[in-house]
Amino acid sequence: MTVNDLRKVLKQNIREYGMYIALFIIMAIFTATTDGVFISSRNITNLMNQTGYIAVLAVGMTLVIIIRHIDLSVGFLAGFLGAIAAIAMVSWGLNVYLTLSLTLALGILAGIATAFLVAQMGIPSFVATLAGWLIYRGALLLVTRKTGTIIIDNAFFNAIGNDYVPDLLGKLPILPEVHKLTLLLGLLTVIWFNISAVKTRRSKQAYNFEVVPMDMFVLKQLFVSAILLCITWILAGYNGLSWTLIIVLVVVGIYHFVASQTVLGRHIYAVGGNPEAAELSGISVKKITYVVFASMGLLSALSGILFASRLQSATTTAGTLFELDAIAAAYIGGVSAAGGVGKIASSLIGALVYMSLTNGMNLMQIDMSLQYIVRGAVLAIAVIFDVTTRRGGK
Amino acid sequence: MPFLGLVMSTSLLEMKNITKTFPGVKALSNVSFKVEQGEIHCLVGENGAGKSTLMKVLSGVYPHGSYTGEILFNGTVQNFRHIADSEKAGIAIIYQELALVPEMTVYENIVLGHEITKGFRIDWNETIRKADEMLKKVRLDVNPATKVKDLGVGKQQLVEIAKALSRNVKLLILDEPTAALNEDDCDNLLNLMDGLRKEGVTCVLISHKLKEVIRIADKVTVLRDGQTVITLDASLGEVSEGILIKHMVGREIEDIYPKRKHERSEDVVMEVSGWYAEDPKTQRMVLRDINFNLKKGEIVGFAGLMGSGRTELARSIFGNPDGYRLKGEIKVKGSRKQLRSPKDAIRSGIAYASEDRKGNGLVLIQDVKQNITLANLQEIAERGVVDKNAEVKIANEYKTALNIKTPTVEQIVVNLSGGNQQKVSVAKWLFVKPDVLILDEPTRGIDVGAKYEIYTLMNKLVEKGMSIIMISSELPEVLGMSDRVYVVSSGRLAGELPIAEANQERIMQMATSC
Repeated sequence: MTVNDLRKVLKQNIREYGMYIALFIIMAIFTATTDGVFISSRNITNLMNQTGYIAVLAVGMTLVIIIRHIDLSVGFLAGFLGAIAAIAMVSWGLNVYLTLSLTLALGILAGIATAFLVAQMGIPSFVATLAGWLIYRGALLLVTRKTGTIIIDNAFFNAIGNDYVPDLLGKLPILPEVHKLTLLLGLLTVIWFNISAVKTRRSKQAYNFEVVPMDMFVLKQLFVSAILLCITWILAGYNGLSWTLIIVLVVVGIYHFVASQTVLGRHIYAVGGNPEAAELSGISVKKITYVVFASMGLLSALSGILFASRLQSATTTAGTLFELDAIAAAYIGGVSAAGGVGKIASSLIGALVYMSLTNGMNLMQIDMSLQYIVRGAVLAIAVIFDVTTRRGGK
Repeated sequence: MPFLGLVMSTSLLEMKNITKTFPGVKALSNVSFKVEQGEIHCLVGENGAGKSTLMKVLSGVYPHGSYTGEILFNGTVQNFRHIADSEKAGIAIIYQELALVPEMTVYENIVLGHEITKGFRIDWNETIRKADEMLKKVRLDVNPATKVKDLGVGKQQLVEIAKALSRNVKLLILDEPTAALNEDDCDNLLNLMDGLRKEGVTCVLISHKLKEVIRIADKVTVLRDGQTVITLDASLGEVSEGILIKHMVGREIEDIYPKRKHERSEDVVMEVSGWYAEDPKTQRMVLRDINFNLKKGEIVGFAGLMGSGRTELARSIFGNPDGYRLKGEIKVKGSRKQLRSPKDAIRSGIAYASEDRKGNGLVLIQDVKQNITLANLQEIAERGVVDKNAEVKIANEYKTALNIKTPTVEQIVVNLSGGNQQKVSVAKWLFVKPDVLILDEPTRGIDVGAKYEIYTLMNKLVEKGMSIIMISSELPEVLGMSDRVYVVSSGRLAGELPIAEANQERIMQMATSC
């Protein structure tokens, strides 16, 4: 009976789980081909940090694609704003907190400028942001023309992309070689996850709504908890949680919450699903367009900060092709180009799939030429899977 | 076979015993339609009488085999499988939505699909010469190098006719050609048809405007409920407005309209005065000098032909999402309102359930509950966070109250039947708790049972004090449900009728008056 139930649940949610399964398969393959190097604590930590600056872009891009637009300018905008951050600290001697605020604010402004072209002037977003791509690329070259690569020497700034949460529990005499604070945080997350799931279930029952059968519920909780604990254990085995990972998780958490739980999120999906109906329902399509592009700008700035911090410098080519990586990640994550469909958490998984490919193939020392071909094939397969399951499942 | 055809008929076109069924509906039942060489034959009937379906059968949009009956054209039996087949045989249909490419020039459009070539290259000189010749035929005096988008609708229509003529068309079918035209353009078009008739071109004209039918027709065939009622001959003096209207609406009205207690108050809920709207894109006045009011607890019917401006009126009141240039005044519950967006309108207590449910009413890829709460999410949200349990509860309440047939409120709306989609659309607007509910074609495309449920619901709502504006092209529905009727014609209010004085003939007369 339970097996049948399980099969039914799997079948109904194949689209959602498909990506997780794909990620699992990819990871398993790389683990096998690299003699376990891929799944090692050190490499997984590294993978998470590499994914960071693409993941935040993918999150913003998901919303942009949901409302039926695209943003090509984000890569060089990130690169340009990373350079601005570097210049602010190195040349202008600005304090690091001010620098971060300034960079993020500029990102929002850039997003609003894009939204002005798209929502107010009615320019197709592809064209408007292609113009942005050119402009920000030029701007990046302009500000780094004299100096070339700008080395950043601010310890706080560089920590964002390179350092880890210190192990406050490191002195405890148990489990040497393990990052105990990470372990504790992981455990707390699992406990919180289970408590909130039970709470949701109870409140649904209070309304007399249908809930999944108890055994299915327990099974799901156990499964997810196990995966979370697994990840925690792997991360704790190296340096623990990196600041990058924390930032990404916070961003994904906030965006996931806004998209799935709030009025604003609903309005975004409605605008993507049917802009005419949304407008007639009293939703300002223009306003939503502004909000989504402004958020994209903000996340571009964040991506630029993460990248500059990781390299501890601003380079003349920073941000090159980030936009396409982010778009690919969003599509692998199941966002629909027809608008109105897509999940924030899925685009994080999409980014992980995409970056796992890069990371794994690098470990296997596969030639770049082949890497591009494989990434392209995976993107195509992911979208084919998405389109066919959507058609079948309605 | 061809020989037999010749013996049997000298008509250019003869459609015999055409029956076409859609799942659950018999759209055409044993329809016969005969057109003689060189005449202008008008096809009239109410909306939904089957005129368009008949033309789609003729043109091959519904391929041979999907209907029963026989089509004889030019003396031979025809089995059209595509539009291309009927075009090849010499039948051209000009629809209300013109099939021109706006960014191309007039001459490019005229030869589109039948380009004149010399070797592999297009012979532009010959193209332009031919286009010029055709434009003269339709008496259109424009430079053939003009882009189509720079022409008015009337001239575009002439270009389309020129395009058809350039293909040696034997039968020209015009589907509501004058609906979007102003008076001068109408006049011009009718004169042209007269001229073409003298040159031997055979025409079928589908029209709602009885005046133009009377002016131009040699014969008129009336369709009603998918059946041929009668074919009248103008030369025998059989065609008059009265006779046409009688045949068009002749059915008995069955009692499918639930009764309600008439407890209308005299409190005016909404008043619109001196209302004008101009479409900035086409510079056309879509509404002129509209004045009407709506009282608490009444249903006011807005009757009129398709394209008469009823939807435009509703949308211009409902926050004007089309961006018309407006003039005039709206008062809601006595206070003057500036409604700049649908949001403003909703806040002022006006709701508008649109005519085109799928196009702009519902978000089809979202589920029932999300659609119901969309226009009033704030109601179930605290500090911007949606209470999903409350949402399901409310959606289920509406599901029960409106008898929405769906397994759960988590069902995606696209999977629901038309009637149930309409109920979701109504539920969405009831959740806004409006004072004024505008229902645009609330029962279009839904079956009789679902219609009855919608009517019952409307009665309940007005008994609770809501006021309803019902836009409908179905006259029996207007007469069966309204307390008062306004008739719209060509963007103007042609008149107001208390329900006691309203009947189908009078409404038809007013609707075809402007």
